[in-house]
Amino acid sequence: MTRPGRWTTVVIVLLLAAWAFPLYWMLVSSITPDERLFGDPTLVPTRPVLDHYRALFTERRFWVPIVNSLVVAGTTTMLAVLIGAPAAYAIARLRFRGRHLIAAAILSVSVFPQIAILSPLFLILRAAHLIDTYPGLVLPYLTFSMPLAIWLMAAFFRQLPRDLEEAALMDGASRARAAIEIMLPLSAPGIATSAILTFLYAWNEFLFALSFTLGPDRQTVPVAIALFRGQYQVPWGQVLAAAVVASLPVAVIVLAFQRRIVSGLTAGAVKG
Amino acid sequence: MATIRLEGIDKVFGSGQPALRRIDLDVADGERLALVGPSGSGKSTLLRIIAGLEQPTRGRVLIDGQDATDVPAERRDLAMVFQSYALYPHKSVRDNLAFGLRMRGVGAAEIRSQVDTTAASLGLTALLDRRPAQLSGGQRQRVALGRAIVRAPRAFLFDEPLSNLDPRLRGDTRAELIELHSRLRATMVYVTHDQEEAMTLGQRIAVLRDGRIEQVDGPARLYNQPATTFVAQFIGSPPMNLIAPDRLTASGGVDVPSSAALVGLRPHDVRLLPQPALLRGRVQLVEPLGATQIVHVRTDGGRVIGVTNPDLQVRPGDDVNIGADASRLHFFDSAGRRI
Repeated sequence: MTRPGRWTTVVIVLLLAAWAFPLYWMLVSSITPDERLFGDPTLVPTRPVLDHYRALFTERRFWVPIVNSLVVAGTTTMLAVLIGAPAAYAIARLRFRGRHLIAAAILSVSVFPQIAILSPLFLILRAAHLIDTYPGLVLPYLTFSMPLAIWLMAAFFRQLPRDLEEAALMDGASRARAAIEIMLPLSAPGIATSAILTFLYAWNEFLFALSFTLGPDRQTVPVAIALFRGQYQVPWGQVLAAAVVASLPVAVIVLAFQRRIVSGLTAGAVKG
Repeated sequence: MATIRLEGIDKVFGSGQPALRRIDLDVADGERLALVGPSGSGKSTLLRIIAGLEQPTRGRVLIDGQDATDVPAERRDLAMVFQSYALYPHKSVRDNLAFGLRMRGVGAAEIRSQVDTTAASLGLTALLDRRPAQLSGGQRQRVALGRAIVRAPRAFLFDEPLSNLDPRLRGDTRAELIELHSRLRATMVYVTHDQEEAMTLGQRIAVLRDGRIEQVDGPARLYNQPATTFVAQFIGSPPMNLIAPDRLTASGGVDVPSSAALVGLRPHDVRLLPQPALLRGRVQLVEPLGATQIVHVRTDGGRVIGVTNPDLQVRPGDDVNIGADASRLHFFDSAGRRI
């Protein structure tokens, strides 16, 4: 890498500013009292208050959607990895009849626009009495997030040298044993990447969560925030405070696994 | 230790191109057999079929007289050293060595002592706690070897294990492998594309070409009595000169069999003579190598390469006569088979 020139630096700073300003504004507004927010908002908070946050967790009972989101996104992620990793391994490594067909079929699931399958899915879930339940969200989320997770993990498995597995076989390990002892630890970055992307998808998903829940008991964070608006006014302070709270886990995860995500997403693109 | 027997092995890959055709091969107990051939000749596929990593399309693999064709690799109790070494990158050297023993349910104390013994015999003791990434190429190669030795398998399979080493290290390791073999009295099958490596490491050498075995013999016989023109040119460096018999001058005084389509002459058997002999030609190039010199001569019968004493004074452009001891000539029929 060469050092960026002066103009490159300027462009980078401008882009970063444009990208980061809404986030900054979200943070500032969430600690600005309503009367100032609509009267004379300042760029730098002069008298920060935590009113919005207090209201969020008392009148709004915002911890309910947070728990819902954590349960739904967490379960989706866990199942996606537990089921997806063996599936990805089989697609990447085992030779069986119809392998390419299955791989293509899995991917084709994710090409349908969500809105196109919304009503049939609603009918199915209603018939199964799964409307307004956790499984009623986890199952559709799995349908949409697993193809991506499987393809990501399969790509990661594929780039691990075949020799390693064969060496394990020659050492007397069964295929399953070789997969667990050799392949699994080596593909941890790929699996972590898939898990994070699945979690982000489930955490942020809005359309299904809105359609398949009925009341505040099972609503997830995005739905809850969207339904904050009253008939005559939008409580912007609280909405933005909720947005900060909703972004926190995501921000923490992404920052913690930053390197892994990047290396996982570019896996196989360049030779290490 | 084990005998290995291959009976009528055919291998056809998905593309329909046959990789191996009717391979019959016996490896005796404690024997060092080299499989050699150009790339694409099927030697690695054959080794992988012995290992159980590849299934033959037809034919049987017998280990110690028992049909092992359908026995999966992990239950054949053979060890393989890979060209890439295939060390487990997330495990220490100690755990790399211990893995095979652990998979066989050997006790922890027993594993420890066997790993220590093997590591000591290969000079790896100081490296036991390192990861493969922290080792040099030569050290990795020894760990790969150690991983094969430590569990005393029925036979060793080597897939070009030296090709990633620099030439000097390669020579040393070759000698060590032979020493190791005599110590363990193990059956070894060694794949290489390097004919010189095959000659030093194989007590017998199987030469493969296009999925067929051309000849299986000891190094001396392979060199002195090659069964086909392919073997004649593949074994020995520089390769054997092949000349059409009608190009030889009568003055050579050689009795060429009537069915001979080609006459073979090893470069080391070429004599550059003052008087008329087998062929006349003009020197094109002289390569001085110190102990010998390689002389390229353009003749009526094509280019002939000779290896001569370095004191022989020849320069490009000189007219020379090429002769040879009649007993050193090889004759091949039109199908390339030795007469």
